[in-house]
Amino acid sequence: MEKKTFTISVYSENNVGLLNRISGIFLKRHINIESLNVSESEIENVFRFVIVVHTTENWVKRIVGQLEKQIDVIRAFYHVDKETIYQESAIFKISSDLFFDEGQIETIIKDSNSSIVSVSRDFFVIAKTGRRSEIQELYDELQPFGIMQFVRSGRISVSKPQMKISSLLQEFQTITH
Amino acid sequence: METLKEKTASTTQATTIRISGAEAVIRCLLEEGVNLVYGYPGGAIMPIYDELYKFSDHLHHVLTRHEQGATHAAQGFARVTGEVGVAMATSGPGATNLVTGLADAQIDSTPMVCITGQVARQLLGSDAFQETDIVGISTPVTKWNYQITKASEIPEIMAKAFYIARSGRPGPVLIDITKNAQFDELDFSYEKCNGIRSYKPKPEIDLSKISAAAEMINTAKRPMIVFGQGIILGQAEEELKAVVEKAGIPAAWTILGLSALESDHPLNVGMVGMHGNYAPNVLTNECDVLIALGMRFDDRVTGNLNTYARQAKVIHFEIDPAEIDKNVKTDIAVLGDVKETLELLLPLLEPNSHNNWLEEFKKKDAIEFDKVIKNDLFPEKEGLTMGEVLGQINRASNHEAVIVSDVGQHQMIACRYAKFRQSKSNITSGGLGTMGFALPAAIGAKMGAPDREVVAIIGDGGYQMTIQELGTIFQTRTPVKIVVLNNDFLGMVRQWQQLFFDKRYASTELTNPDFVTIAQGYNINARRVTKREDLAAAVDEMIASKEAYFLEVCVEKEDNVFPMIPSGASVSDIRLS
Ligand SMILES: Cc1ncc(C[n+]2csc(CCOP(=O)(O)OP(=O)(O)O)c2C)c(N)n1
Ligand SMILES: [Mg+2]
Repeated sequence: MEKKTFTISVYSENNVGLLNRISGIFLKRHINIESLNVSESEIENVFRFVIVVHTTENWVKRIVGQLEKQIDVIRAFYHVDKETIYQESAIFKISSDLFFDEGQIETIIKDSNSSIVSVSRDFFVIAKTGRRSEIQELYDELQPFGIMQFVRSGRISVSKPQMKISSLLQEFQTITH
Repeated sequence: METLKEKTASTTQATTIRISGAEAVIRCLLEEGVNLVYGYPGGAIMPIYDELYKFSDHLHHVLTRHEQGATHAAQGFARVTGEVGVAMATSGPGATNLVTGLADAQIDSTPMVCITGQVARQLLGSDAFQETDIVGISTPVTKWNYQITKASEIPEIMAKAFYIARSGRPGPVLIDITKNAQFDELDFSYEKCNGIRSYKPKPEIDLSKISAAAEMINTAKRPMIVFGQGIILGQAEEELKAVVEKAGIPAAWTILGLSALESDHPLNVGMVGMHGNYAPNVLTNECDVLIALGMRFDDRVTGNLNTYARQAKVIHFEIDPAEIDKNVKTDIAVLGDVKETLELLLPLLEPNSHNNWLEEFKKKDAIEFDKVIKNDLFPEKEGLTMGEVLGQINRASNHEAVIVSDVGQHQMIACRYAKFRQSKSNITSGGLGTMGFALPAAIGAKMGAPDREVVAIIGDGGYQMTIQELGTIFQTRTPVKIVVLNNDFLGMVRQWQQLFFDKRYASTELTNPDFVTIAQGYNINARRVTKREDLAAAVDEMIASKEAYFLEVCVEKEDNVFPMIPSGASVSDIRLS
């Protein structure tokens, strides 16, 4: 079976140790996590993990099954890239000298749709949000001038199909109360 | 002073009482109907042990000789009763000694709650004396775990622990309680847990799947059932039998499904898997519909997946959605509690009998009898076989005993030949294959079913992994019967060395101590049998004994267990010699 990039979304309670339990599911199957992001979700007190893996659909199905089985996981889903809107963020720290000495930098920043978030005497900071490939492109362009620091976030994504978490939680409320 | 009766009166309706966290733990256990726990004390759990002392009239604590023994005893208790087994340990080494039992309970879906003491909240992360991250360590081998750091959390978390351990597909839960939470006071009241919003113990039943399954079964010419422990855990023995009988379907079992259907049932066609019976293994690859009930297609059952039941349509009745299509692709997945789904299936089935198909099982049984069983049960050679010992135990116990087996050749022999009339009677470590399981598990089984005969069948190797639990038997006077089938070898490994490593017996020969003397040192009646003519009488004496009894049988050293599916081979390539 062909390997693809899958985005796994996990809705969960916010409990200490859950990250360990979730990453263990990948560890046990020797599957590398390409990127991981944990944040609040659209529902109060419900957390959302966005995990990117490169594997076969067979494996991702099994992993989602194991994720859903965890007590503190409300639901888990997986999507291929075309079913999601996704982005990553990156920030670059660059020496201020460059900005003044190398006229091209300004053009690069403009063309890449990135923004300058901070300027000081010694360095300035550029932020870029977009697909991995767009960030990579900017990286490649800035690299020859020297990048003092670079960091890129995990993928964040929303799915085009519905995930129906709220109704699931509501259903639970009506059953138990 | 309040009387103990008041002390243990249900606090469910009562208003809250102000008590210590340690006392709250005990009251939670009582609220959950627990009156027996296994464990081993130490610094970080002393406040709870102090309360155990005060509540000893209501909650019986059994001191095992090792924390691993406490887990296996709790498992034995859980497997024979269907209730949650409870084990306790202190922090650090006490907690890490629980890991094997947790892993065993996790893979065999055994309901168990383990409680560990932990260093005080303010010491966490300081590498304090006997501090270990047991929540981190036990995460992959627990259904759920949690660290309590505040006394006020105790009632809700304990209620959750029991609910999770026993509901849905059961499993082990570990609750780690810091010492300050045991000492501190809380306003205690107890409410049982009846739901967790992020946890769905039973998937909803899709009726269309049931009718599709019924139709497929009704039109099948060569249907075959393979049932697993799900039948026992789901208390679906009656439903299984009704389905088997109405549709006339031969039913085989996995090692953990054993005893869910009586051994002598005409449609019981034996064990599938590596050392299972010849007929159900070979015919797995000839049936047209394979109906899997509460089993998970373990690799020891399926052999090579690429050649497993390829010709068959597969129907999988299962409570755990993660098991569907995990190993074997199903045509119809019937999710739900197997007791409920079988109950719904039954009226849709047409009465049938598949006599010609059943004949094929009988023909293959005859081949297995001739090539294997005859020599195991009625040997003509001089040396004793493990099989004939099982035959004698069956006879003497009238098929009524609970058989607790360890891991190795003797386990396969025990599961192949032990006969049962009653469910929950075969207790063995299936998924993990934990040597050392049987002796402590037999203690738990006997305490869970005091009116039944409990016979542990153990190898000379595995016996020495938890032999110290003889001390527990001695102290508690638990009348378990212990049979060691001594071949002076780690027999199962030796068998593989003989068959697949040119007889290079690397570290599998054992120089054994005098087991009879050891048992006598614990004041346990003990006897050794080396000759066939003494066997029947010795087994009779053991079964007749009202007290614990140790029987060592010196068996042929280099016997092998057959049939056998070599690992990686197809079920239909099962070897008879
Ligand atoms: C804790 C543990 N260690 C190692 C093994 C691997 N193993 C499986 S069977 C076996 C031999 C068991 O020997 P014995 O208890 O004498 O039983 P026999 O096979 O001789 O009947 C071993 C070492 C295991 N299953 N469990
Ligand atoms: Mg042995």
